[in-house]
Amino acid sequence: MPSLKDLRNRIASVKATQKITKAMQMVAAAKLRRAQEAAEAARPYSERMGAVLANITQAIGGGGEAPALMTGTGKDDVHLLVVCTAERGLCGGFNSQIARLARDHIRKLLSDGKQVKIICVGKKGFDILRRDYAALILERVDLREVKTLGFVNADAIAKKIIQLFNEGGFDICTLFYSQFKSVISQVPTTRQIIPAGVPSAATEATDGGNAVYEYEPEPGEILSDLIPRNISVQVFRALLENAAGEMGAKMSAMDNATRNAGDMINKLSITYNRQRQAQITKELIEIISGAEAL
Amino acid sequence: MPEAFKFELVSPERLLVSEQVEAVVIPGAEGEMTVMAHHAPVMTTIKPGVVTVKTAAGKEERYVVFGGFADIVPAGCTLLAESAVAVGDIDRADLARRIQEAREDVADAKDDQTRSKAEQFLSQLTTFEGAILPA
Repeated sequence: MPSLKDLRNRIASVKATQKITKAMQMVAAAKLRRAQEAAEAARPYSERMGAVLANITQAIGGGGEAPALMTGTGKDDVHLLVVCTAERGLCGGFNSQIARLARDHIRKLLSDGKQVKIICVGKKGFDILRRDYAALILERVDLREVKTLGFVNADAIAKKIIQLFNEGGFDICTLFYSQFKSVISQVPTTRQIIPAGVPSAATEATDGGNAVYEYEPEPGEILSDLIPRNISVQVFRALLENAAGEMGAKMSAMDNATRNAGDMINKLSITYNRQRQAQITKELIEIISGAEAL
Repeated sequence: MPEAFKFELVSPERLLVSEQVEAVVIPGAEGEMTVMAHHAPVMTTIKPGVVTVKTAAGKEERYVVFGGFADIVPAGCTLLAESAVAVGDIDRADLARRIQEAREDVADAKDDQTRSKAEQFLSQLTTFEGAILPA
């Protein structure tokens, strides 16, 4: 049975922890709002990009002009997995969920006899995947110094991927990240970015209808300019969704922690009060029995 | 009074402009062009330069864009810029950094094709720097 002093110390320490988790929750909430705004602001670009891409592929009509980034190498022997996670922990199962999805994927690919290469974005995913697949990790992108995620960051990653592709480093590239559904739900997702796959023509050809477009320069040239950019946009979007998801996960994790600390304080206070009362009663009994003995 | 049409300037970070305008001057890859309402459908890449927007209200706004492409249809024009800022907010240091990077690209280029591409980009950047920053 802990002494009264022990209990007092314990309560004080849990209270301090609670203050910290509470503060972290509030910080995460503030950052979440910003991350969400950023993700929303980026949406128009990727939507228009999709529309333009659909339009131009239609114009080319799947001819031989399409660049390799779009059609792929025709093989699927070497897979590149880009695993995007957070830089920091303390956000519940957020990072481990993404890592688990990636690990399942890797295991499946390996058992199919494929070759796997990994690029880790974010420290946490790297830490987890390093345990089992250290040999497969090509590179680790560190975004810890980055305060606000810019397009430049995504562009740098995309350039690396494209360079690797041009050197024949892989056939298929898949992006792993967490889709931001809502504050309490983030769904780990995969998205194949190379070969890009032909976007469905269902993306309503805009107001131009079926008007004949004029292209400056040639459609093929525009397309070869467009596809790398599209990859950057996809990466950027994944990073933004991840950032928002991380903050959402952190917020709910810290909310839970704060609540648990509260419960713990309640329980400890009750024990403390009981014990104090017991002590007082004991002392009273001693005094009374002492007086009666006289 | 020319007819107004819808113009949108979008960068990956955000939607900069979305309004009714009279005319837009775009630095196309193969020369500048002015877009007005009912323009024939054109899709073009753009080079680093200044986009001048004349709004329906008669105001003139200028934006600096670094590469991207424009999708022009009779009913409107969408400009997807790799990065875009209003001319008033242009950061000299940032521009200098981009030029520096372009120089490095030229130096790093492994084959002729990439080198000529990088050189072209560099010259576009420097001409444009001279044009927008009066020393």
